[in-house]
Amino acid sequence: MSASPALDHVHAGAHGHHYTTTGLDSRKIAIWAFIGSECMLFASLISTYLIYKGRSVVGPFPHESCAPPACATALKPILNIPVTSASTFVLLMSSLAMVLALAAVENRNLPKLTTGDRILGSSKLWLWMTCILGATFLAFQSFEFTSFVHEGLSIRTNLFGSSFFTLTGFHGAHVTAGVIWLGTLLAIDYKRGLGPADAINVDIAALYWHFVDVVWIAIFTLIYLIK
Amino acid sequence: MAHNESAPKAGHDAHGAAVASGGGHAPAKDDPHAHAHPTWKQYKWVALILTLITVVEVWIYYTPFTQSKLFVPTLLIMSAVKFAIVVLFYMHLKYDARLFRALFTGPLIIAVVTLISLMFLFGHLAIRAGS
Repeated sequence: MSASPALDHVHAGAHGHHYTTTGLDSRKIAIWAFIGSECMLFASLISTYLIYKGRSVVGPFPHESCAPPACATALKPILNIPVTSASTFVLLMSSLAMVLALAAVENRNLPKLTTGDRILGSSKLWLWMTCILGATFLAFQSFEFTSFVHEGLSIRTNLFGSSFFTLTGFHGAHVTAGVIWLGTLLAIDYKRGLGPADAINVDIAALYWHFVDVVWIAIFTLIYLIK
Repeated sequence: MAHNESAPKAGHDAHGAAVASGGGHAPAKDDPHAHAHPTWKQYKWVALILTLITVVEVWIYYTPFTQSKLFVPTLLIMSAVKFAIVVLFYMHLKYDARLFRALFTGPLIIAVVTLISLMFLFGHLAIRAGS
């Protein structure tokens, strides 16, 4: 029994009215359908980038140096692969933290006998970790965008700038939404604790987070590594 | 009260499948959608494999292999493997209901086919017969 009648209402609503004839939770069906539609959104953005690839008239360019008269001054390739590799690693690790957060919520009622069990069973720890890693990825992206602007590449400079900032900006906005979503889960965890009954809600957030991760896997290869 | 008395005595596992609960969370024995999650060790290995593939991708970028015709296909294959690993293990699609697989792979196939078609349409990809 929870302390708040309002919370009781939320609990009842969360567990009693989500059946479908498939036997599956309608919220989970909805998030997968949403993820499917997001696949098409990002495919259109990636397609746009690839179509415009190599068609910029003026620099800076992603993988090629730029010399006058194409550029006012000599410019190096603008993509910073070491920094982006680090941010990719950070996002991959955030996915690991997210699955551990979900496992901790699902197994909350299991006894925690060892220190390792207590660490793995702490949903707060893993949600915090996921949030921090997500925020770190956003910090890397902010650094990258800022350095690009300082080097003379903005969304208006050339076709590469327009398609690059649109694609990675949309992805960054999705990561930001994910961090906010995880922050709300963390707030609920501190307020009343997340238990097995909340696993479906955490799982839905986790699916969104992993999707953001797989989109970045595609972006990292197609935009950053393929010259 | 914690649960609506008029609601069915059932809950959902994290896969979204209906499970007999009565306050508990274990999947029902006859539930066709009920599967076990990967263990912590499996998650750890998945993360390690993803990291290793990423390291190889970045390493290749700095080698003369970039001049090879196999450079792009190799990167695409490694990226596809990473994509599949995350979707199958972290998103639990390997263990989940078929409907979820259809909801994801259907739009994904449409997206990939559209992307490839646009590459042909705008001349980034071409099939040269007889060469």
